[in-house]
Amino acid sequence: MSSPQHTETPVALSADVLALFAKEVAKYPAEQKQSAVMACLTIAQKEHGFVSQDIERQIADYLGMPQIAVHEVTTFYNMYNQHAVGKYKLNVCTNLPCLLRDGGKALKHLEQKLHIEMGGTTPDGMFTLQQSECLGACADSPVMLVNDLTMCSFMSNEKLDQLVDGLRAAEAAESGAGRSEGQA
Amino acid sequence: MNSQQVLAQFQATGVQTCFHDRHINPQIYAGLNGSNWRLKDYESRGGYQALRKILGKDGVAGNEAGLTQDQVIGTVKESGLRGRGGAGFPTGLKWSFMPRQFPGQKHLVCNSDEGEPGTCKDRDILQFNPHIVIEGMIIAAYAMGISLGYNYIHGEIFQSYQRFEEALEEARAAGYLGDGILGSNFNFQLHAAHGFGAYICGEETALLESLEGKKGQPRFKPPFPASFGLYGKPTTINNTETFAAVPWIIRNGGAAYLECGKPNNGGTKIYSVSGDVELPGNYEVPMGTPFSKLLELAGGVRKGRTLKAVIPGGSSSPVLPASIMMECTMDYDSIAKAGSMLGSGAVIVMDDSRCMVESLKRLSYFYMHESCGQCTPCREGTGWLWRLVDRIHRGEGRATDLDLLNSVADNIQGRTICALGDAAAMPVRAMIKHFRPEFEAMISKSARPLAEPV
Repeated sequence: MSSPQHTETPVALSADVLALFAKEVAKYPAEQKQSAVMACLTIAQKEHGFVSQDIERQIADYLGMPQIAVHEVTTFYNMYNQHAVGKYKLNVCTNLPCLLRDGGKALKHLEQKLHIEMGGTTPDGMFTLQQSECLGACADSPVMLVNDLTMCSFMSNEKLDQLVDGLRAAEAAESGAGRSEGQA
Repeated sequence: MNSQQVLAQFQATGVQTCFHDRHINPQIYAGLNGSNWRLKDYESRGGYQALRKILGKDGVAGNEAGLTQDQVIGTVKESGLRGRGGAGFPTGLKWSFMPRQFPGQKHLVCNSDEGEPGTCKDRDILQFNPHIVIEGMIIAAYAMGISLGYNYIHGEIFQSYQRFEEALEEARAAGYLGDGILGSNFNFQLHAAHGFGAYICGEETALLESLEGKKGQPRFKPPFPASFGLYGKPTTINNTETFAAVPWIIRNGGAAYLECGKPNNGGTKIYSVSGDVELPGNYEVPMGTPFSKLLELAGGVRKGRTLKAVIPGGSSSPVLPASIMMECTMDYDSIAKAGSMLGSGAVIVMDDSRCMVESLKRLSYFYMHESCGQCTPCREGTGWLWRLVDRIHRGEGRATDLDLLNSVADNIQGRTICALGDAAAMPVRAMIKHFRPEFEAMISKSARPLAEPV
C-alpha cells in the first residue's frame, strides 16, 4: 500500500495486481467469475489503501458484473475501507471475551497514546484507530489486527507503546525511501 | 527494525493457546509445535493414511478395494461425530442427505468463518495443522461423490488463510488433490476463499452467498444446501473442526471414536476458554469432560476469584450461573439439559466482579452491529435490545424495561430467516432469567420517569 490517498484520482491497476486477480478467478467455474470479487477488492485495497468507486468500476469490468454489485460487497463487509485511512489501520477487538481481558482498556490506551478518538486518524496520516468485533483470537486478548493482515496478540499497554513507537521509528528511518516495506 | 519486523514481534506463537500439555487425549492438536505444519510433518503423524485407506492405497493386504462411499458414511455415522460449528447436527446423517447420484456438479464447503465471540479453535487448526482439514475434506468429497470444494476462511485471520493456501499447494504437488488422486479415478479440486468482516457469513447460506460474490444475506431454508447450495447445486457444508475429526475416525474406526466421548456425543472436542481464567486457550478434551475439569485445565478462575457465570458455547448461547455450570459435563446433551447450548465450544468465563448488565450491553451491541438487515424483527429488534440495555446501564432504566426486553426478544426469536435473531434474543432472556436482581437493582437505584421513547 502506498501512502494514503485522499482523492478519488483514478488509478490504473498494475500488472501484478491483475495477475493476482487472475489467480483468484481461476479458483471458480468460468461462468462464476463474480465469486472472486471479495478477493479482488482485498488485493486492490492492499495496493491502494482503500476501495474507491474507480476501483470498484475496474473490478466490475474485470469480473463482468455490474458496478453496483461490487459496491454492495464493499459496503456490506466491515474490513473494506471506503475512504482513505492511515498508513496503519489498527483494529482493536472489544467484544465480550476481549472486554473481560482488557480489550476495552487497550482501545482507550491507544486513544490516549495517539491523541485521537476511536474511528479517527492521526494528523500525520500514520494511524487509524478502530473498534472491531470478534477477530477470532479470543484467548489472545487483548488482540489487534493491523492493516487487515497481522494479528497482534496479548497487547498490554507496554506492548501497544512498543508497537506504536516502533512503527513510528521504522517509518522515520524509511522515509524518503518511497514505498514502505511495512505493508506486507 | 523495519515496520514488518516491528509487527512480527507481537504475533501469536500458539504456545499459550495450543502447544501446552493441558489437552486430554488430543487427536487434532496432538503433537503440534508450530513449526511442524507442513505436509511431511503431517505424514509423519499418520497424515493422509486415512485417505490411502479409503482408496485402497495403504498397502494393507486385503484392502486393495478400499472403502465404498457407504462404508465411509457408515463409519462417520457410527462415530457419533456431530457438527462442531454450533448446531451439533450428526455429520454422517448430513453426508447421507447429499444426493450422490445427482448428475451435475456437487460442492463441498468448509465453514472456517470463525467469528462467534469466544471461539478461536479453528484458527489454531488452520494455522498449525492445515493438512488435517484438507484430508478430512478429501474423504468427505469421496464419500459424497463431490469433485469441487472450497474452504471459506474468516478474513480477520488472513495469515491462516495464506497458510492454508500454502498447504493446498503442497497437497496438490503430492497428488492428494486434483485429478486421479493417488492413482485412483477420484478427482477433487479444493480452493480457499476468505471473508472480510461479516459475522453473518458464518451462517451457512450467507456463506454461500458470499462465496458467490454477493453480500452475505442468508437464504430461506428450505430448500436446504443439500439440494440447492453453491451456484444452486447440491452442497454439503461442515465446520473446520468437523472435517479435522474425520481422518482419525477413518483410521481408528467409528466405534473407537465414539468411545473417546460418551454415547450420542462421540470423540474429542476443542473448547476455546476465554475471559476470567488464568490460562485462556484452546483445550482439546474428550466429550463429556466435567466443566470443573476444563476450568482446572485453564488454571481456574483468575486471581483466585469466585466463578459467577459461564457462557458455555459462544456468545449466542444462553448464560448459565456458576452453580448450574459446575454440575455440567462438556457435551451437547448435558449443556442442553442445563438450558443452554454447547454451540461452537467457546467457553466465556466470568468471575464475581463482573456486571451482567454491562456484559449483555456489549453482546447486544454486537448483534445490532452484525444484523444483515434483511429481516425487520432482527434489524429493528437488535437495535431496540441494545438501546434498552444501554439505558439500564446508564442508570436510566424504567421499572417496565425487563418485561419490555423479554417482549422484544420474544418478537425476534423464531421470526427471522436465520438464527442471528435467535442469537441476539437468547442471551437477553437468559441474563434476565438468571441475574434479574442485578438488572432490577440497577433500575430501581435510578428509577425515574422518562418521557422520550426508547
